Amino acid sequence: MNYSALIPLFPLVGFIIVGLFGKRLASEKLVGSIASGAILASFVTAVMTFMDLLAMPADARSVIVPVYTWIATGSFSVDIAYQFDQLSILFTLIITGIGFLIHVYSIGYMHGDKSFPRFFAYLNLFVFMMLNLVLANNMLLTFLGWEGVGLASYLLIGFWYNRTFDGTNIVWTGDAAKKAFIVNRIGDFGVLLAMFMLFNTFGTLDYNAINAGAPIVWAKGALPVTIITLLLFLGCTGKSAQIPLGIWLPDAMAGPTPVSALIHAATMVTSGIFLIARTNVLFALSPDTMAVIVGVGITTALVAGTIGVVQNDIKKVLAYSTVSQLGFMFVALGVGAFTAGVFHVMTHAFFKALLFLGSGSVIHGMHEEQDIQKMGGLKKYMPITYKTFLIGTLAISGIPFLSGFFSKDEILWFAFLNGSPLLWGVGVLAAFTTAFYMWRLTHLTFLGNERFDHHHVHPHESPATMTIPLIVLAVLSVFGGLLGVPHVIGHVVHMPNLLEDWLAPVFAVGNGFLVPHVGDHTSTEWLLMAISTVVAISGIMLARSIYAGGNAKADALAKRFSALYKLLWNKYFVDEAYHLAIVGPIFAMSRDLMWKFVDIVIIDGFINGSARTVGAFAGTLRKIQSGVAQNYALMMMAGIVILVAVMVYPLLRP
Amino acid sequence: MGVFSLLCTLFVPLAGSLAVLLIDRNQGKAIRLTALAVSLVTFALSLLMLVSFDASSSAMQFVVNTSWIASIDAGFRVGVDGTSLLLVLLTTFVMPIALLTSFTSIKKQEKEYYMLLLLLQFGMTGVFMALDTFLFYVFWEVILIPMYFIIGIWGGKDRVYAAVKFFLYTLVGSLLMLLAIIWLGFYGDAAGVGFTTDLMKLRMVAPAIGIEAQTWLFLAFALAFCIKVPLFPLHTWLPDAHVQAPTAGSVILAAVLLKMGTYGLIRFNLELFPAASAAWAAPISILAVVGIVYGALVAMVQTDVKKLVAYSSVSHLGFVVLGIFSLTVEGIQGAVIQMVNHGLSTGMLFLCVGVLYERRHTREISEYGGVTSAMPRFAVFFAIAMFASVGLPGLNGFVGEYLTLLGAFRSPYLNSWWYAIVSASGVIFAAVYLLWMFQRVMFGKNDNPENHHLRDLTTSEYWQLAPLVVFIVWIGVYPHTFMRLSEQSVRAVVGHVMHHTSMSTPPSASVTPR
Repeated sequence: MNYSALIPLFPLVGFIIVGLFGKRLASEKLVGSIASGAILASFVTAVMTFMDLLAMPADARSVIVPVYTWIATGSFSVDIAYQFDQLSILFTLIITGIGFLIHVYSIGYMHGDKSFPRFFAYLNLFVFMMLNLVLANNMLLTFLGWEGVGLASYLLIGFWYNRTFDGTNIVWTGDAAKKAFIVNRIGDFGVLLAMFMLFNTFGTLDYNAINAGAPIVWAKGALPVTIITLLLFLGCTGKSAQIPLGIWLPDAMAGPTPVSALIHAATMVTSGIFLIARTNVLFALSPDTMAVIVGVGITTALVAGTIGVVQNDIKKVLAYSTVSQLGFMFVALGVGAFTAGVFHVMTHAFFKALLFLGSGSVIHGMHEEQDIQKMGGLKKYMPITYKTFLIGTLAISGIPFLSGFFSKDEILWFAFLNGSPLLWGVGVLAAFTTAFYMWRLTHLTFLGNERFDHHHVHPHESPATMTIPLIVLAVLSVFGGLLGVPHVIGHVVHMPNLLEDWLAPVFAVGNGFLVPHVGDHTSTEWLLMAISTVVAISGIMLARSIYAGGNAKADALAKRFSALYKLLWNKYFVDEAYHLAIVGPIFAMSRDLMWKFVDIVIIDGFINGSARTVGAFAGTLRKIQSGVAQNYALMMMAGIVILVAVMVYPLLRP
Repeated sequence: MGVFSLLCTLFVPLAGSLAVLLIDRNQGKAIRLTALAVSLVTFALSLLMLVSFDASSSAMQFVVNTSWIASIDAGFRVGVDGTSLLLVLLTTFVMPIALLTSFTSIKKQEKEYYMLLLLLQFGMTGVFMALDTFLFYVFWEVILIPMYFIIGIWGGKDRVYAAVKFFLYTLVGSLLMLLAIIWLGFYGDAAGVGFTTDLMKLRMVAPAIGIEAQTWLFLAFALAFCIKVPLFPLHTWLPDAHVQAPTAGSVILAAVLLKMGTYGLIRFNLELFPAASAAWAAPISILAVVGIVYGALVAMVQTDVKKLVAYSSVSHLGFVVLGIFSLTVEGIQGAVIQMVNHGLSTGMLFLCVGVLYERRHTREISEYGGVTSAMPRFAVFFAIAMFASVGLPGLNGFVGEYLTLLGAFRSPYLNSWWYAIVSASGVIFAAVYLLWMFQRVMFGKNDNPENHHLRDLTTSEYWQLAPLVVFIVWIGVYPHTFMRLSEQSVRAVVGHVMHHTSMSTPPSASVTPR
């Protein structure tokens, strides 16, 4: 399977060709084809690899392809080596598959942009880095991809570097890009330290060795493993936009919409879930960390969901929705339902990519308008976009038998089973907000009266390069869930849970450390499923009843609960709080205390002071050299007198 | 061939310096091209050393040992091991770039300028090659003079203050080092090898010096080197020197001159005074850690882009010192490669600042904004330099920073995780100050009329930057090419220190399940 190492190579070659010669290639079609072709080649290779793995016995489905030794000194050694197994190939298929669709879509979306080649170069770079992240056989290579996708994200958020973007303490798109990179770096700090600790313990950073060795070294609940997993999780909160580092993702919407779809919804932001899944044995060994993950995940899901309810920027609503959905995935991981978490990664990749690309189609057709208050009634102008968007909305809301239904219900079920009824209840509440804000978004955009200026805006359906990816993703959003049909339904319709079977070996060891559930819960599960379905539908119905007659009802509600509305509208003032409590003080301390006082007053004061002292002393001495002969004679006399005195003095003593 | 190449690398710049002296001062072009040709030839000759260098040995290679001042047993003793070879190559590589960047920016007294620059190269190469304390001291001081004039004559507005500060700061340190060198000479006599300045002889006897005397000697050398590095709180000469120096001066200062300090710490402090090094590892590492964070935070609040880069050097060199005093193979290897990295990426940052300064004659960040739209090609290079400096994996900076931190984390001498933990926060701050600067200079709208028609990179500028990118990527992707050179030398140093401190190997993997 050595050929599989080509998977990350294709996008790298694409990046180099388009990056170096893109301008000279001159033709958008050529540039777009090269970049998309590279990803398609990766996807095809990934499918072949998948087939090869499928042909193997289940427990042998892990092949490592070493490329070369990257860093080696002393006792430290890390390879560039790729690991093809059930987990990595799943992520690879998602990344390259959806990545290819989004590349194709971008050919239409970015048409006419003066930096067209630069965009595709960055996009290829992103896919290359993302593939390194998931295919790595060791943590350091994952870290290369981890920071590399951060770089690509930075470059793409700030792609239109001379445009403004509206956010807290943000003026330019570049500010948003910078914020994303820096906030992620805080998380990376945790990953870095975790790697040091892991290397110190195992003498290697290979995943297989770590996963195999952890149970030998640590008992369940041991302090070191808790520290390590918490540090890793800090990294995950950065990359996957969870509390307390989730603040960057909504601002990342400053990038072109295909970027939001690929990086900030379908792939990069799921890195955190990937990392935990990859090191699941470590996490399974630390119940404390797992509890923290649940807490953070469920809080994020609810907080982001509630913020999404009031936002008016089409992409920001989707961004908060992403944060919220990622929260669900962490809940799944935290309660030990690793498969359910990864399942939701997959279905979410389908419908969220769809929704973002749909919003891109709307923005494209509306001449860069993103405010849903200035839309409405677009259904008749953009029928394909509307239909596919609607499918996405229903899928994410959890309408039965669409993909989101299966994965979200699986998570809620495990939240109930392994967690608590309360956890389940909060999850259902968050799911309710999802259904609500998604229907609100759909309604304000596509239904109701047309609120845009007909003289300046002429909505139109997007070209085929954009609508075909929408259709493909819509199909996946409908049927994608069938890969992971929950057992309770599977029993009835005689369908296996394909995904669970496929991933089982990856999580086998980790699952061994989790509390097994016994007994028959079939009726409970059916009941909970019914409740959450009712909740999803009622969320949609509520949104419908509020927005069906225009904004009047919504405005009245906002006025009645104005404090709450302000809190949500300002995203709980988290950005402001960070600025006040952290950024401001550090800045002031650095400038006023460190630079202006310690450096300039104390250190330089001391240096210049001693120089001045020496100077002054020399200046005084200099005055003696007056050139007046009488003075010299006088001093000579004084000197003689002193010398004589010194010599005579001892003699005077008795 | 190795010896020939080594001697040529050392003396061709000196010969070139004299050659420049012979050219008529009105022949500006001839002067410039001669200097450039000399530096290019030197670079080519220095590469010959690579061919015959045996990386599997930790011994000094291409050694020349000639008597010089017999009465004090001072000799012309030169040679290289892996560590010094890397730094020599860094010097010969950076010099042509520094010369090229001077072509447009240096307008007055070109003859003296190029003569001094080549003389400077001679001194720097000598420092990295010297195997004799007295010879080392001579080279060390030789550098002061050209650098003093380069800052003082061709510098900015406050050049005289900066030059004097640079001179005095370094001189104070080196005088104590001279005392220590003399003391060591006498010790050689007492130890039975006769009064000597032969580093190889001293290396055998010096570790036996009693801990109290060793401490004083250690501190005398360390002071000289730490000022040069510069280590917090001895760093305040650096921002002034950098800001006032012409671009080439800053590039050389950052790329090579500071490395003399860190190199000296390895070559002299660790090798001659291993017990004192172990005893002082913690205090010096604390200063390094403070420097990492302090330098980064102060860099963050600068309004002058060159000063910002200068303070970033304080932070980056902190990693190097931390790596060295982790006294582990990983840490010191990281430090050595980080010296090279810092030379490349910070050198490149200074070149980029120079490119901007050439066009606008200001270094104030607020004067810029949206420069990318006028200079897209430049933006690419500036961004690469920035991300190399930020320590992005895949580029050079990451390899060095990661290994120094790993070394500090595992060091049995430091024996605490806190060094690495606090230092790792410097990685966050590096992103803060560099990205923020980049945002304010390059991104946003180009709304200052003076920036509307900035010329993008010239061919000359392109060729100054492009070679740096090659190595920035090379080291990031395949550091083995470079790190294998110094691996054995570093292992030998660490072994030496361990031997004299009876410290066991770092606690490696307690279990290695395979």
